[in-house]
Amino acid sequence: MKPGFRYALDAITRIRGVHGAILVAGEDGLIVAESLMEGIRGNAVAALAASLYQRFRQATETAGVRRPEFLHLQAEQGSLLVVPAPNDVLVVAVAAGDLNVGLARLEMIRAAEAIT
Amino acid sequence: MAEALRRLQAELAQDPASLAFLPLAEGLRLRGDLDAAARVVLSGLEHHPNLADAHDMFARILADAGDFERAADEWSMALAVDPRHGGAHKGLGFLGYRRGDLDGALDHLELALAADPADRSVVQALQVVRSAAQAAAQQPPVDVGSGSPPAPGGAPAVAPAESPDRSPAAVFAGLEGGDRGMLLLDPRGRTLAGGLRGGGGRDVADEVAAYLAGVSQEAERTARLLELGPWRWIAAEAEGGTLHLSRPVDDALLLLVRDRSVPAGRMGILAARAAEVARRWLEAQRV
Repeated sequence: MKPGFRYALDAITRIRGVHGAILVAGEDGLIVAESLMEGIRGNAVAALAASLYQRFRQATETAGVRRPEFLHLQAEQGSLLVVPAPNDVLVVAVAAGDLNVGLARLEMIRAAEAIT
Repeated sequence: MAEALRRLQAELAQDPASLAFLPLAEGLRLRGDLDAAARVVLSGLEHHPNLADAHDMFARILADAGDFERAADEWSMALAVDPRHGGAHKGLGFLGYRRGDLDGALDHLELALAADPADRSVVQALQVVRSAAQAAAQQPPVDVGSGSPPAPGGAPAVAPAESPDRSPAAVFAGLEGGDRGMLLLDPRGRTLAGGLRGGGGRDVADEVAAYLAGVSQEAERTARLLELGPWRWIAAEAEGGTLHLSRPVDDALLLLVRDRSVPAGRMGILAARAAEVARRWLEAQRV
């Protein structure tokens, strides 16, 4: 893994409640780099996150509000967060329910800026 | 009064960027000269496009002229500049009451009171709206027309919307943005109720619903894969607005679209209200 990618992912996974972070190719949903807790199926999560992001991207662009800058799937016991980075890469984070979403969002945006 | 307005006009003629346009527009508005007031404030906005008070002033002129939709836009712009602008919250509270959206009206009026606890007109408006909300809770159908809260800037108070139309297009009537930013769809991407307008007011409900077909299953698979429990909602924040998707019942999705001035927390509150309306409507359809 490129050192820059490792640094970007580590900054996200250091946040309390974050179970892992992945860089995903937005077009095909393949993993570019990952830092996940054991037991999480990175490939499947990457594919689903990319697909969800693409669907919402089509929806937001059609609605006239341009592409999503932050996607947040909230479930009963945790969340999936996605931030787009340059070159059609997505920064994806998986987190527990007690996450500081604002902080995670900030670190993900920083990571997206850092992996250019 | 006339002399004061002449002085303000002279001041503005000397310095077109002067803030004298605000009291001048207000004076003209109070005199009933709405066209002149609008011209003055629009000219002022050219010099001060990010001045919340200017948007608030223009909104009050528009409300006086009966153009409530544009007034709402202007008050929203004022809040985008200053989220705690009391005048804008007061105005949006008035418009919410007028539409019959009592909860929305209360939210805005409470924020207006927080901005200026000494504003008697807001206190009076809150009393009227709270009474109406209590009456509505005790004895539906709602009849909130028996009293009107003081309108912003002294505009004539207008009775709220008439009894709600329950046709699919009007399911969310009375809710903030219910006519253009709330859409109920089935998991296959077919619209069930509500409406959605894109750029330039274009109807984009069917297109957006089609793109969101299958999102429910994907969200479910993602949540299951990650052992996160059932998914509750998905929010997509974009540069020009936020999409909020939730599942009021198992076989329907509710989409809200709002501009970025609406905070994420408020989106959740709006979604919860709209979900309740959607559930009731869906139940009625199934009888």
